[in-house]
Amino acid sequence: MLDTLDVREPSFSRRTFLKATAAVGGGLIIGWIPEAGADQASLFAPNAFIRIDPAGKVTVVSPAIEMGQGTYTSLPMLVAEELDIDLANVTVDHAPPDAKHYGNPLVFGVQMTGGSTSVRAFFLPLRQAGAAARQMLIQAAAASLKVEAASLSSEPGFVVHAASGRRVAYGDLVDAAAKLPVPADVKLKDPSQFRIIGTPAKRLDVSGKVDGTATYGIDTKLPGMKIATVAASPVFGGKVKGFDEAAALKVPGVHQVAKIDNAVAVFADHYWAAKTGLEAAAVEFDDGPHAKLTTADIVADMAKAAEKDGAVARKDGDAAGAFAKAVIKVEATYEAPFLAHATMEPINCTVHATADGCDVWVGTQVPAIAQTVVAKTLNLPLEKVRIHNHLLGGGFGRRLEVDFIEQAAQFAAQAKFPIKVVWSREEDIQHDMYRPYYYDRLSAGLDDQGLPVSWQHRIVGSSIIARYFNIELKDGIDVDAVDGAIELPYAIPNVLVEYVRHEPPGIPTAFWRGVGPTHNIYVIESFIDELAAKAGKDPVEYRRALLQKNPRALGVLDKVAEMSKWGTSLGPRKGRGVSVQFAFGSYFAEVAEVTVSDKGVVHVDKVYAAVDCGVVVNPDTVVAQVESGIIFGITAVLHGEITLKDGRVEQSNFHDYEMLRIDQAPEIEVAIIKSSEAPGGIGEPGTSALTPAVLNAVHTATGVRLRKTPIKSADLAVSKKE
Amino acid sequence: MVDLKVNGAAVSVDAPDDMPLLWVIRDILGMTGTKFGCGIAQCGACTVHVDGEATRSCVLPVSDVAGKSITTIEGIGSTPEGKAVQQAWLKMEVVQCGYCQSGQIMSASALIAAMPNPSDGDIDGAMSGNICRCGTYVRIREAIKDAGKSL
Repeated sequence: MLDTLDVREPSFSRRTFLKATAAVGGGLIIGWIPEAGADQASLFAPNAFIRIDPAGKVTVVSPAIEMGQGTYTSLPMLVAEELDIDLANVTVDHAPPDAKHYGNPLVFGVQMTGGSTSVRAFFLPLRQAGAAARQMLIQAAAASLKVEAASLSSEPGFVVHAASGRRVAYGDLVDAAAKLPVPADVKLKDPSQFRIIGTPAKRLDVSGKVDGTATYGIDTKLPGMKIATVAASPVFGGKVKGFDEAAALKVPGVHQVAKIDNAVAVFADHYWAAKTGLEAAAVEFDDGPHAKLTTADIVADMAKAAEKDGAVARKDGDAAGAFAKAVIKVEATYEAPFLAHATMEPINCTVHATADGCDVWVGTQVPAIAQTVVAKTLNLPLEKVRIHNHLLGGGFGRRLEVDFIEQAAQFAAQAKFPIKVVWSREEDIQHDMYRPYYYDRLSAGLDDQGLPVSWQHRIVGSSIIARYFNIELKDGIDVDAVDGAIELPYAIPNVLVEYVRHEPPGIPTAFWRGVGPTHNIYVIESFIDELAAKAGKDPVEYRRALLQKNPRALGVLDKVAEMSKWGTSLGPRKGRGVSVQFAFGSYFAEVAEVTVSDKGVVHVDKVYAAVDCGVVVNPDTVVAQVESGIIFGITAVLHGEITLKDGRVEQSNFHDYEMLRIDQAPEIEVAIIKSSEAPGGIGEPGTSALTPAVLNAVHTATGVRLRKTPIKSADLAVSKKE
Repeated sequence: MVDLKVNGAAVSVDAPDDMPLLWVIRDILGMTGTKFGCGIAQCGACTVHVDGEATRSCVLPVSDVAGKSITTIEGIGSTPEGKAVQQAWLKMEVVQCGYCQSGQIMSASALIAAMPNPSDGDIDGAMSGNICRCGTYVRIREAIKDAGKSL
């Protein structure tokens, strides 16, 4: 089913137009639409970014969803800045499924929150919408006060006529403003006038998250609703062979057992009965073609694939020729494992399918795709599928996928009542769609100064872009798989970056927190450290030498070196490691300090991050996201690994798919470089910069160069160290 | 029927003896602030107080808590420690996705009720059973200290 789903917005064009209209029941609505001549009616609530009601309350219907990253605060800040209102007067609504109005211009117009794009994508559109609304309110006030618009200004929530001291509340102007044309020329504030953008704002989404009142998809409650839990084939591609329905139905509270091709669900009064019933059902599966698959088989195939030339993603000069002539030659192979997302909110979806249509209560990063997949699954017209989105208990790319929504719809089609499908944590870990395994080969040739004159990087891995967007790769390149590898921050004259698409059998792969850059920066920044070591140079000095034409990258590197007192001694079995990156539109440098025990256990003691992400909207959110990304990265480098045996994912829950805990968490210090450049992304770069910083620190502490994650303590134990 | 006292109110629930308290709270009492995370007492999202002690409700048979006093995230704000922790959480902007934070707040409020000025080691001991996938640990630590001081 999903193979045939085209998620791109067919009418997407970068030409969009601001439109405004009156709200039903009073008020002004303003937002963007894709075509100049589009029907005004399509702007009626809730399909617009901003609604201002007659009481002066402002609702921002957020084009990006909230999964913890702070979007429900930073995007309203953009509106509040230009509209000139206090953030306290703003509430945020979840957007309906509607790619025409809420499509993300940075991802083919798909209604998608991901890729650290939200502020980058909506920085101008939301400000323009806010500014246009303000200009219309001023126009309305000019007519009402019978003065020139030029004599009016605004204060938060009011149009002000300074000469006479008269003030009119926005709420009193909205109905008149709604009758006015949208100004053709929307004037934005000069950044020097910002009073909200760039100042720490209290998050708008958190008060209900400290008292239990915030609702996530898993908290959905409906009259007559039953709870379902699912067992899908433990081997990907397997099918249900049989199950003991009678035994399941004997469990008190169980109402029904339902089957789809590859999974069985039990519907019950509560989760406990559903779980007990599912165990009683003792589902058996035909494992299918991948019954014997192991991770080692997959990696062996990738190693073979890495022998082939790949599609050329970047070519400067003659890297092979320069390598042949180089004074020093360095070669290495790096590997990155499959990873699960392990969002704290287990996968869930509530569906009520009736003859009339279908309602879906879920937390999704892609509301319009969710609507499309349910419509296809249930053979309904799109408008008969209503998506009720929620706050997400973590996304990290897992909730860009709609496999679980499709599955819930298939089960709901067999129920005469609403069902809330809740996966166990075991089901969540073992039926995720995983960060791909990557296998990278690198080589570099150094000149007599030890600086690289040749850089060759071949990336082998599956293409998420081709599967997800259902497209043929242009020139064989998955732009995500090579992201972070083709825009090296360093000045190297001869560069060849290749991509070999290799789809592993028997395991689905998907986006993750910074999927492409997270893998590429790990590889590149580890290898640069290898080159520095080979050249006998300090890792920071070596990078500085290669960054002389890249002032922003140099700026973050210098800053992090200063913060971390780079060059001072930490003591035995301790070390610092550095990384520099340009990814997601932001410049990052991180230094990690680690201690490695004699048994080889790595503790990350402190992480410093210097960040140049252009214009900052909410500085506290930037710091929070960097902290978050760092912890996420440490979890991966120390613990993260999904492996297959007999076609089954071997890990199942937090005891064997471990997360970093507070007693292992480092101190974190973040510095933001003041910048007036265009905003960059912030959700993912903290993660991508982390792994190489830690591995480089481990090398400093132990002399051991690790080229595979997660870290295995056996490789670092004192007895192993030669 | 099992008799419970939840956030000060007496309730009687029809549930099998082995049903974990978590599901009684969520699916029978309809109080969804307490979260399901792992089902095996590994993540702490389901933490509640049983007679004041932070307890993982996902592995706690309801029959074991008959007659005992249970406090959930919905009720913790009416205790001085719970209120202090909630306020500190907001002041320090601890929360990101928020899903684990009910459990974090329950563990933290039990900690500062027992020791208002916990050391870093005390915080590690009391809080290492609560996973936060958003990695808010740095702020959780600060906020616990802040909440303790405010008592």
